[in-house]
Amino acid sequence: MSKSVKLKRGFTINLAGKAEKNLAEFSQPETFAVKPTDFVGMLRPKALVDVGDNVKAGTPVLVDKKHDNISYTSPVSGEVVEIRRGEKRKLLEIVILADKEIEYASFNSYAVSDLVKASRADVQQQMLDSGVWPNLIQRPYGIVANPEDSPRDIFISGFDSHPLAPDYNFILKGEDKNFQAGIEVLKKFTNGTIHVNIDGLGEVNQVYTAAESVQINKFSGKHPAGNVGVQIHHLAPINKNDLVWTINPYGVIQIGKLFIEGRYDTSKIIALAGSEVKNPQYYKTFGGANVRKFTEGNLNNDHVRYISGNVLTGENISVQGHLGYYDQMFTVIPEGDKPEFFGWFLPSFKKLSFSRSIGSLSFLNSSKKEYVIDTNMHGGARAFVQTGDFEKVTPMDILPTHLIKSILAEDYDEIEALGIYEVIEEDLALCEFIDVSKHDIQAIVRDGLNLIQYS
Amino acid sequence: MKFLEKAVEKAKVPFEKGGKLEKYYVLFESIESLLFVSKDTTLNKGAQIRDAVDMKRFMVTVIYAFLPALVFGTYNVGYQYYQAIGLEPSGSWDIWWVGIQRVVPQILVAYVAGLLIAEFAFSYVRQHPINEGFLISGLLIPMVLPPTLPLWEVALASIFAVVIAKEAFGGTGMNILNVALVARAFLYFSYPGDMSGDQVWVYLGDHVAIDGFSGATPLAIVGATVESGQNAVAALAAHGDTYSLSNMFYGLMPGSIGETSVLWILVGAVILIATGVGSWRIILSGFAGAYGLAFIFQLIGVNPYFAMDPMYHIVMGGLAFGIVFMATDPVTASQTNTGKWIYGAMIGILTIVIRVLNPAYPEGIMLAILFMNVFAPLIDYYVVGANKKRRLKRATV
Repeated sequence: MSKSVKLKRGFTINLAGKAEKNLAEFSQPETFAVKPTDFVGMLRPKALVDVGDNVKAGTPVLVDKKHDNISYTSPVSGEVVEIRRGEKRKLLEIVILADKEIEYASFNSYAVSDLVKASRADVQQQMLDSGVWPNLIQRPYGIVANPEDSPRDIFISGFDSHPLAPDYNFILKGEDKNFQAGIEVLKKFTNGTIHVNIDGLGEVNQVYTAAESVQINKFSGKHPAGNVGVQIHHLAPINKNDLVWTINPYGVIQIGKLFIEGRYDTSKIIALAGSEVKNPQYYKTFGGANVRKFTEGNLNNDHVRYISGNVLTGENISVQGHLGYYDQMFTVIPEGDKPEFFGWFLPSFKKLSFSRSIGSLSFLNSSKKEYVIDTNMHGGARAFVQTGDFEKVTPMDILPTHLIKSILAEDYDEIEALGIYEVIEEDLALCEFIDVSKHDIQAIVRDGLNLIQYS
Repeated sequence: MKFLEKAVEKAKVPFEKGGKLEKYYVLFESIESLLFVSKDTTLNKGAQIRDAVDMKRFMVTVIYAFLPALVFGTYNVGYQYYQAIGLEPSGSWDIWWVGIQRVVPQILVAYVAGLLIAEFAFSYVRQHPINEGFLISGLLIPMVLPPTLPLWEVALASIFAVVIAKEAFGGTGMNILNVALVARAFLYFSYPGDMSGDQVWVYLGDHVAIDGFSGATPLAIVGATVESGQNAVAALAAHGDTYSLSNMFYGLMPGSIGETSVLWILVGAVILIATGVGSWRIILSGFAGAYGLAFIFQLIGVNPYFAMDPMYHIVMGGLAFGIVFMATDPVTASQTNTGKWIYGAMIGILTIVIRVLNPAYPEGIMLAILFMNVFAPLIDYYVVGANKKRRLKRATV
């Protein structure tokens, strides 16, 4: 029984520098990396390789000592050239110098008919060993799924509504067979429903509409309509003691490929976007790619911020950094470390604001106008003032201000009662963007999740 | 602007860590942040871009909304002055000049006492940035006071309000009571002679009012009809055109500096609602609550005050001012949308109750808002409770 949901609340941030639907010709980056920091809830990461070791695509390089049955494997074949650590020897990156020709560790391949017949036990070990498992995310908490659990349902958001997000129709084109194979595998893990939620406003995506044994739901509205957390809230909300899994369509395809081709294939199409990129377009590369090749000679200015992911939930990486495990886009925007004379007072059409306060005139612009936004905070931190705006960008029956305050007060009962199980950072990212008091709301949400998870 | 930027950077050096004036950094930063929005950038993880709005712009919007009523109030102080002393001004500039001489010092004193003395002292001791909230309170305080009030009382009330009503609770965002109303309540109970009666609402300077001029506010006149039994509207009409419905809407009458003109207050309301800074729910339900109860009273009609046309309640006294500018204070109001409806309606209702049923206080809006400020968290408690219950219900189904 598919559902169609229209969301009224939200805010779409329309940035300049959208990627052209065009695959760039370029030479592949030299290095690729696995970053323990990408995996929320990884408590004790341990490198399984040393500098100088040779690995294949799919060779385990990292493990969480708390969950040592899940392997985190190399996205490419080559030689481990650096194990980068930060303060207190915190493991940051395992960097692999890629071979020209990728060699794959071999896994069992299945004919589609055999795959349908296979049991959960048959497929689970291969998923854990090969490196595709971390694609499965558990809600509540937004952490890598535990192989011992059976989720109530599995949710797949078929589109991304974040600023400058890649067009899934473009990057997943022709993957119908792998997607369906992935769904066949996922079916073994749940007795509930596999929901595929598609954009009610965008083009129909063949990959999803051809899929069988899933429930297809339509979501239309402004961002965060594409956030899987928002979708779950409207389909089958997460209550206390509920457990569901979410997975990105790319992850489903990767799982499908693993079983059909018998290899851990991390090749993916990523979007290079942002106002500072000369030619924003798509690149076909592998997971954890070094980003330098994408931007070399391709930037309008060099005082920029490199973001793995999107501008609302992404992470600032260096010019020599590597893309995150889950990221399908790389954004470059100007750094905003310049003071602005009377910036809080002078009227402006150019500076995007959700607020219509005197002088914030961007609401008068056409909704098609594209903005260039830098990384400036645009103001100092202050105490919460209830403007009523958080509610307007959170299309869920949740009171963001009260939830956030209960987290700051570390009031466990209140945090739970106000709906912490239904959100992760990205679901309240817009609140962080529009906050007049400039709080780090996503960090607070994670603190709240940690309080509950480890209590 | 590069020049100014450099000058500020240079002036900053002694205030920075290790500098001689390090202790005063927050004060310097407060002034610097007025001139320049700081160069701070977003964190490495999380939202990499932020909305262009900040607390300063948000708060300044409220000041824009005050201005029409304040400017009109300034003119009204001068207008009442010439009416009372019975002299013809030689031009409208004379009227403005009297008003400016009276109003501007009050505003300056409120800002200097409240902002420079109280806010800066707290900001220094607590090492927290200056709260923009006082930009609003400093302007609101004079607007709710009679034009004849001695300046030292304005200063005292501003300091009292900032220290007791705001900083004792942790600053803007944490206060429970509306700061400007606390200032007014403080004066009202400490110096009732300067805050009530028929003599304080019109500034006379060194002159004496001419015979036949009464400085009584319409609320006092109507309040007296309960004893005398005279028709309320007739009692108002006995004072000439001043207290006709249309003139009270326009606002050329004795009263606190900013509260007399419903017309210009409504212009402020339009600004607040159009910018989304003030809650339309509170404004609408506030007026509806007041009008609704006054209408019921009219039907009951046990005395002339009961029987008065409800429209008069809307244009008399500080009701419109309180509902539009003070009840909508986002910090002290109810914080949930459902709560805002209840909160606004209760303010309107209580104001009429205090006015009509309690002869001790001619005006009810001040106490109604302060009372509901205290009750706002309780309203929210139940509204939030309902949200929690919905979630709980779902879990057990």
